[in-house]
Amino acid sequence: MTTSAAPAADAEALLDVCKRIRRHIVEMTHAAQSGHPGGSLSATEIFAALYFGGVARHDPADPQWERRDRVILSKGHATPVVYATLAEAGYFSTDLIPTFRSLGTELQGHVVRNKPPGVEMSGGALGMGLSFAVGVALGHQLSGFAEDEGQIFVVVGDGELNEGQNWEAIMSASHFGLHRITAILDRNHFQNDGAGDEIMRIDPVGDKWAAFGWGVQHVDGHDVAAVRDALLTARARADAPQVVICKTVKGRGVSFMAENPAGWHGKGPSDDQLAQALDEIEAGLS
Amino acid sequence: MTTARAAAFPQPPPAATREAYGPALVKLAEAGHDIVALDADLSASTGGNKLAGSFPDRWFTVGAAEANMISIAAGLASTGKTVYAASFAVFMPGHCFDQIRVHIAQQRMNVKLIASHGGISVGEDGASAQAIEDLALMTSLPGMNVVVPCDSVEADAMICRAAEDVEPWYIRLGRPKLPVVYTEGRHFELGAADQLRDGNDVTLIACGLMVEPTIRAADVLAQEGIGARVLNMATIKPLDEQAVIQAAHETGAIVCAEEHNVIGGLGSAVARTLARHCPAPMEQVGIEDRFGQSGPWTALLQEYGLTAESVVAAAKRAIARK
Ligand SMILES: Cc1ncc(C[n+]2csc(CCOP(=O)(O)OP(=O)(O)O)c2C)c(N)n1
Repeated sequence: MTTSAAPAADAEALLDVCKRIRRHIVEMTHAAQSGHPGGSLSATEIFAALYFGGVARHDPADPQWERRDRVILSKGHATPVVYATLAEAGYFSTDLIPTFRSLGTELQGHVVRNKPPGVEMSGGALGMGLSFAVGVALGHQLSGFAEDEGQIFVVVGDGELNEGQNWEAIMSASHFGLHRITAILDRNHFQNDGAGDEIMRIDPVGDKWAAFGWGVQHVDGHDVAAVRDALLTARARADAPQVVICKTVKGRGVSFMAENPAGWHGKGPSDDQLAQALDEIEAGLS
Repeated sequence: MTTARAAAFPQPPPAATREAYGPALVKLAEAGHDIVALDADLSASTGGNKLAGSFPDRWFTVGAAEANMISIAAGLASTGKTVYAASFAVFMPGHCFDQIRVHIAQQRMNVKLIASHGGISVGEDGASAQAIEDLALMTSLPGMNVVVPCDSVEADAMICRAAEDVEPWYIRLGRPKLPVVYTEGRHFELGAADQLRDGNDVTLIACGLMVEPTIRAADVLAQEGIGARVLNMATIKPLDEQAVIQAAHETGAIVCAEEHNVIGGLGSAVARTLARHCPAPMEQVGIEDRFGQSGPWTALLQEYGLTAESVVAAAKRAIARK
């Protein structure tokens, strides 16, 4: 059955999915002793809502289903959250997860299209995802898809918005009237070198997006039900491209990461840190 | 000429070529050079942020915005500053080639591009993070000086030497810690090959992290009675054509070894010189026109054949074709 959304999980089940995703994220980056846990943990509720909240219409048994919604990771370093989610959604076995970043694995350090199936776009160079989405949306329009088919969700980082190409894409999406596009901003206020407000201010980012002709929603990015609702609202809008600005914490769910996000952009936890992280994720502390 | 690996000197600890950048910037500023350094949200990895400690007004980060950084660099250079701009080799030139082309190369601006994390030795980050084509891009720009150090000592020498002239340079640095080749120091001369070993049967021409395994390859060949000359061709452009021509005449066979696509890097530059001036059999050790992937960097060097063994085999193939 490839024509409808997977049944949406209830509120409690969504919280449980978030825990499982977080567990995979810290285990994966621990096994690899590298990778990007901070910006994966901040995007956990976003991915849980997309894949388990009945937002994205997709079929793990048929990843190439033509009229599927596409979820695109523009901040292509946050692979742990993508692989964790796709495995939980049934795209591939969770047994693959420990191979993350090893020689010959499907689970490459940065996203690679169709590796594993379900990954829609290669990335790792910031700033390209929204433009790719503009192309996909134009294509879906030309293919004559129904209004609510072939939606495109693009997860963007706030540091990533430093790249000018994003603003070219934002401009063209509204110019071409591409309502199928929903950008999801992981607004965790940190980037590679530290705090975004010190490195390159992007605020008032919602106003900027609105000035470019997009519909804008602000939401608590760790309230998974709220994220789901905002995404469903955006999905249903057929007048303009939409952005959901998710207020998040880099490293959310693991105290020593959330308290020191700059230190946890791109490295894996030690054995002791993994144990602590797993305990905290289980307890649902944040 | 510098003698490599002299026994009289204690072997310094391995160091990444990128580790030379921050300290060199501080040295240059302290020596009174009118420098400004720019970064693009990778300053902890490039080391450029070290300048901010002692000379905070001389360092700017522009966020993850390489194209913006390059044109800013050109503007600064137009006011008489010596500008260093740093990022990873995949993003600079990858994300800002046109800005480099028009604003740096065509305007002949005094900007030194410090491209860290060159090659596949970046490791686990995988293909998108591994520059295998940057030397091709940069050597294709008229007036661009393109250099690749083999160790941290040579990297320091290059970065400091670059401040002495007003031309654009591309300096490709690397992520992994490498053994030091120039244990006695390095006097770096732009455009001059440095002969590390003499020999008459074959010439091994290497740059970057392939220099050290190439020296080991020469040792292996020597044990088999094959005399291999070793040239550290740290300047890819302008190429030391005389050294290549002399090597072709005197040894009759050439091997090039580099951590780059076999198309468009050191091997291509040497092949062009050979074809024009002194055709001789030549073999290449390099990345055989495929992208990188995730993995530990040492495993990747094996997987892509960037090893001393590959250089030995290539030398034998070249000699057999004489
Ligand atoms: C074009 C480009 N420049 C630089 C980088 C290096 N880099 C990787 S992640 C990152 C920071 C991204 O910050 P953000 O988008 O906020 O991601 P998050 O903090 O959510 O992980 C940078 C600069 C890159 N991947 N691509």
